[in-house]
Amino acid sequence: MPVISYRKAINQALEQEMARDARVILMGIDVGGGAGGSGDVGSVGGVMGVTKGLYPKFGSDRVIDTPISESAIIGAAAGAAVTGMRPVAELMFVDFIGVCFDQIYNQAAKFRYMFGGKARTPLVIRTMGGAGMRAGAQHSQTLHPILTMVPGLKVVMPSSPYDAKGLLTRAIRDDDPVVFLESKSLYDVKGEVPEEAYEIPFGEANVLRDGRDATIVAFGAMVPRAVAAADLLAKEGVKVTVLDPRTTSPLDEEAILDSLDETGRLVVVDESPPRCSLAADIAALAVSQAFDALKAPVGLVTCPHTPVPFAPNLEDAYVPSVARIVEAVKKTL
Amino acid sequence: MQLNRDELKRAWRTMLTIRAFEERVEKEFADGTIPGFAHVYLGQEASGTGVCFDLTDDDQIGSTHRGHGHCIAKGCEVEGMFLEIMGKAGGICGGKGGSMHIADMDKGMLGANAIVGGSPPIAVGAALTQKLRRTGHVAVAFTGDGASNQGTTLEAMNMAVVLKVPMIFVFENNGYGEFTSAEYSVGAKSLSERAAAFGMPAASVDGGDFFAVHAGMREALEHVRDGNGPYALETRCSRFLGHFVGDPQKYRGSEELAAARTNDPVLRFRDRVSEAALLAIEELNAIETEVRARVDAAAAAARAAALPDLATLETDVYVKY
Repeated sequence: MPVISYRKAINQALEQEMARDARVILMGIDVGGGAGGSGDVGSVGGVMGVTKGLYPKFGSDRVIDTPISESAIIGAAAGAAVTGMRPVAELMFVDFIGVCFDQIYNQAAKFRYMFGGKARTPLVIRTMGGAGMRAGAQHSQTLHPILTMVPGLKVVMPSSPYDAKGLLTRAIRDDDPVVFLESKSLYDVKGEVPEEAYEIPFGEANVLRDGRDATIVAFGAMVPRAVAAADLLAKEGVKVTVLDPRTTSPLDEEAILDSLDETGRLVVVDESPPRCSLAADIAALAVSQAFDALKAPVGLVTCPHTPVPFAPNLEDAYVPSVARIVEAVKKTL
Repeated sequence: MQLNRDELKRAWRTMLTIRAFEERVEKEFADGTIPGFAHVYLGQEASGTGVCFDLTDDDQIGSTHRGHGHCIAKGCEVEGMFLEIMGKAGGICGGKGGSMHIADMDKGMLGANAIVGGSPPIAVGAALTQKLRRTGHVAVAFTGDGASNQGTTLEAMNMAVVLKVPMIFVFENNGYGEFTSAEYSVGAKSLSERAAAFGMPAASVDGGDFFAVHAGMREALEHVRDGNGPYALETRCSRFLGHFVGDPQKYRGSEELAAARTNDPVLRFRDRVSEAALLAIEELNAIETEVRARVDAAAAAARAAALPDLATLETDVYVKY
């Protein structure tokens, strides 16, 4: 099987879906790149190069460079979606959601319900999040908790190249608005990815390690760290299950509760400040649905309640580390 | 352009339906049969009617919190609308939208919108669909003097010019954004001047005159259907009532309030077509009687209608979850 990067896996899903369905269009800032300039148009492919190569293949009607106007980008994508296209809008950094959130949570997410079930809004918002790039407080957040609590949205957090391709393919074929949260620290991570198109269903957790001593639930860029922690613990004889729900909405509650039934110990790793985080949400799920199964308090490994700091040593301390995950698991034993 | 008798009757019927509907909403609201808020379109009937007159079900509009008139002008049925704004089963949105969220995709009505400036970006997207599919159809965003100051509207105007989409921005300037006058809150000399600065042609017409709005819209449609990108049309309107039904309007002087009623688009239309002998007063009256009977029956039926089934509370959040 070909080994490609997370970035390339996303690019491949976009290319294959655009080739398969003429309704799929890309819009966003520099998704082609260079529009109106004196040099090569379409040579950039987004600030991280994720959409590189698509403009030359599909042209300016399908790979649409926009002004830096996030409300108009997301709103126009929502309007195009509800009238029959299948747009994939790029919101460069998820941090920029503040300037266009109305179009996401008040408009696109609510069309179907407010209109009595008569609207379909097959919109994908691709965006990137996460710390570790020394990008400072306004280019490093995750923000999935804010999105996950919005009824009408689906929220996807791919943690590997394989998942990125299969989940994005699913997202583009989905008839509801989907926010696809890419982890920028994973773009260069490589893994096996089938050449042909495939879908990974939403709401189905991936089991990366299977052990009976404790359950770790992790999302996005925290998944490789949870796996590393599990492997370290295995050397000490502690067998841990690692679950990646892959989507925070819908959330595979069943997989979490089933695993908890077996292990009785739960640690949630969430790259997010702690209040109203997915960690808090899943802890609430455990105590409300599986209280009798719990043998220890639920371990929450999150960021502190602070903005993301800039200084490299501070930022490294901000993000949940493998060591903190190991420590949290041990605390439950 | 001269309209024929059938067209004149259609315009009269639409304007009167809006007038009768909104007068009935006022009464029902006072009776307590309409939950929540109601923002009525009284005084602005000629604007929505003139703008939508030459649109088809395949052309799309995005609307505002004051959207009943736009819905009717775009072809939504008053029966379903009354059920909807009373929160009843069988409403156009199953009672889950309400007055500020009436939408009818089959009629190209992409929703009233309770967020000021919510519609323009969405209408840009609808126009983008029309452009990419080369349909020859257009999208219209209704907004007002209030939304003209909203960032989403300004972003949408630039985006529409950049993407060269077949879209018309209609600014219904009724003089007030909620309780604050446009004179105070709009920094530009005029809405059309501001729109023109974005790089699109813009015109301003008397929104109390159906014929002026219709003629303005014809020009706008000609421009956008020829693939020239967007167009902006300001319709200067009178808001007879306050921001919402029950607003005492202490912020408007008594002279101004009285003057607002003198620019009555319904009376102006009646006088003009009857004086020019285009339609006989008897014909106009007959349509009025018919329209008022239909609106009253729709309201009465909605009052008596069943509430939505509680099982619908959790349906239609997603196509599939």
